[in-house]
Amino acid sequence: MFGFLKKSPKPEAAAQPQAEVAPPAAVEAPSSALISAPAAEPVVKRSWADRLKAGLSRTRQQIGGGLASLFGRRKIDEDLLEELETTLLMADCGVDATQHLLDELRKRWKRDKLETADQLQGALAEELLAILAPLEQPLDVSGHSPYIIMIAGVNGSGKTTSIGKLAKYFQLQGKSVLLAAGDTFRAAAREQLTTWGERNNVTVIAQEGGDAAAVIFDAINAAKARGIDVVLADTAGRLPTQLHLMEEIAKVRRVIAKAEPSGPHEVLLVLDANIGQNALAQVKAFDASIGVTGLVVTKLDGTAKGGVVAAIARQYPRPLRFIGVGEGIDDLQPFNAREFVDALFEPVAGAGSAA
Amino acid sequence: MLDNLTQRLSRVVKTLRGQARLTEDNIQDAMREVRLALLEADVALPVVKDFIARVKEKAVGQEVVGSLTPGQALVGVVHDELKALMGGAHIGLNLATQPPAVILMAGLQGAGKTTTTGKLGKLLHERMKKKVLAVSADVYRPAAIEQLKAVSAQAGIDFYPTTPDQKPVDIALAVIDHARRHYYDVVLFDTAGRLAIDQAMMDEIKAIHAAINPVETLFVVDAMLGQDAVNTARAFNEALPLTGVVLTKLDGDARGGAALSVRHVTGKPLKFAGVGEKLTGLEEFHPERMASRILGMGDILGLVEDARRGVDEEKARAFAEKLKTGKGFDLNDFKEQIGQMRKMGGLASMMDKLPAQFSQMAGKLQGGVEEKAIGRIEGIINSMTPLERAKPELLKASRKRRIAAGAGVTVQEVNRLLNQFEQTQKVMKQFSKGGMQKMMRGMKGMLPGMMR
Repeated sequence: MFGFLKKSPKPEAAAQPQAEVAPPAAVEAPSSALISAPAAEPVVKRSWADRLKAGLSRTRQQIGGGLASLFGRRKIDEDLLEELETTLLMADCGVDATQHLLDELRKRWKRDKLETADQLQGALAEELLAILAPLEQPLDVSGHSPYIIMIAGVNGSGKTTSIGKLAKYFQLQGKSVLLAAGDTFRAAAREQLTTWGERNNVTVIAQEGGDAAAVIFDAINAAKARGIDVVLADTAGRLPTQLHLMEEIAKVRRVIAKAEPSGPHEVLLVLDANIGQNALAQVKAFDASIGVTGLVVTKLDGTAKGGVVAAIARQYPRPLRFIGVGEGIDDLQPFNAREFVDALFEPVAGAGSAA
Repeated sequence: MLDNLTQRLSRVVKTLRGQARLTEDNIQDAMREVRLALLEADVALPVVKDFIARVKEKAVGQEVVGSLTPGQALVGVVHDELKALMGGAHIGLNLATQPPAVILMAGLQGAGKTTTTGKLGKLLHERMKKKVLAVSADVYRPAAIEQLKAVSAQAGIDFYPTTPDQKPVDIALAVIDHARRHYYDVVLFDTAGRLAIDQAMMDEIKAIHAAINPVETLFVVDAMLGQDAVNTARAFNEALPLTGVVLTKLDGDARGGAALSVRHVTGKPLKFAGVGEKLTGLEEFHPERMASRILGMGDILGLVEDARRGVDEEKARAFAEKLKTGKGFDLNDFKEQIGQMRKMGGLASMMDKLPAQFSQMAGKLQGGVEEKAIGRIEGIINSMTPLERAKPELLKASRKRRIAAGAGVTVQEVNRLLNQFEQTQKVMKQFSKGGMQKMMRGMKGMLPGMMR
């Protein structure tokens, strides 16, 4: 219908300093999700691919650009591989994934008779893509109505913020969205979600105090009554070591299944990309209690990271549904392995992006 | 998931066995293991490299004394060095200034600044009897100000209302004026989370710092932070004259290598550790425990703390009273104990906290059946009447049959439980003067026996 309803590139103001709180008035969407393409739309700044690249610039410096500047002209030798190991470790790839990548590169170095660092980088991009590609499984919410998405994660990983962005994302696809303020614990978490809902014309089901499971149960019933397409259920942040809280979230999941026997259709775990190797422990623990079906990796901008994605792909693969590379409301987008790898290696001419 | 360093080293240093001292050559492989262990604990690579160099220097020439193996000696050096790096004794807050003493909180998004502000407020207010004012300059995230307002109310401290349309620097100036006029001792200044590379936001916090001239500038860091900790810490340290670091979410299972990175880069003391969601969860930072944790050497102290947390003090006191008065230990108490054990996360999580050697041993003994066995015991006790629980001597053949049927076990199992209970009772009598901790030790000792 409107060009910009298509997935990408999306003309939205990208680099607003506080975009999450101050979306341009033009973005206000009626809950019917029919977006009026306003003439007053701020000037198209950058496409998603550009933003992805910008967001990952630090990681790129670490992996891609760093490599090139280090030894663009050099021959491949053990020293080079050691430096590469350092680079990968610094990007939070973790010991296992780093080892794997290096082993593969060593094999190819001999087998394909690679000579220059540029070629090595091309090979690295390929290997990285090979690791990450299986994670690329976009979320399809068309199968059920309402499609119930439960969101979990540790404290401060960006659950509530991601829900806001996800709601926007689904709205732009023409879906109606309902939010369930299941974080009944943290001070003002409910207000955070309702404020956001008001600004963006999204219904938020919240209760004064009360039990997370109850709020979400209500929300699902409300969504059924109103014929809503997607329900996003927030939960309070919790550390996997807090066993009572892990039991509580398992209960939330059970209660969702009671309200809608086929649900939850998606259990998203939100991971902060700044987190190191503990991310693996988080995936494991949450998977054990609620059966994680997809991941959202947030705050990929401004960190040296992205590497943790590789670590997860190697050791505990789960579909990576969305990645967030900025504060802007549409800086959360479906994960695309090739785009991701390209964004890491792009600025280097030649072999890297051609991989 | 992660091997403990001692174990890994013992694998490598097998070749070292019998060597009287550590040398450059014989610790080469071992140092690689140390390096990997630190990396897995998320210590930033430059810090690891520095650290390894220091350890090498210290370790070479070290005598392997007494019953220690070279591996243990090396771990000792690593541990000591970590401890030294992490800073010595606890350094508290410096509030010696003309009131109001302003404390500025800075950090990344989601690090836990607002929660820490509340915790710190509660600590200053309750333990140090200060008149505290909290204020939020987070005008960006929706409801951030409401969050601090709610947290302040919970902490019992005053809150200075702000609105999202104010400028952070204006807020800063206004609140200082307000605090001065109302004679506040301490102002806690919460700020929005920001990325170190966001120049505009870093400039903003510099301006805030200049406006309020804080006596303490605390950098709030998530204990789970990965390799980027070193860059983040450096950027914040360069932008702001930090005076200390608060490590949050330390109750998670991250090894907390970020602590070392941040300490190494900023050189600033780690002043507090945030644990748990409650506002009382702010503790002094213990370098020693952190060192053990980073190395994966088991957190026995943490276990003790879990015990303290899981045990209902009221009940414990009543129980101790019971023992003192000589009324004895009955099956009700036995059941209670099992319940408390559950609260601590069950045996499995307790095992996790034990140093690897012990947990392995324990694991070998029981495999995974212990939780199940405890469930059965609970079931048997639940099938008894209250009177029977208080007076197990009542249990004769027909009662036992009924209980066995009720719990879905055989009579033999009921008998076994009763036998074990009798033994336990004897042990308990010996403890009659002991406190809860002794009790717990007793519990641990007797559990393996029960599960044959």
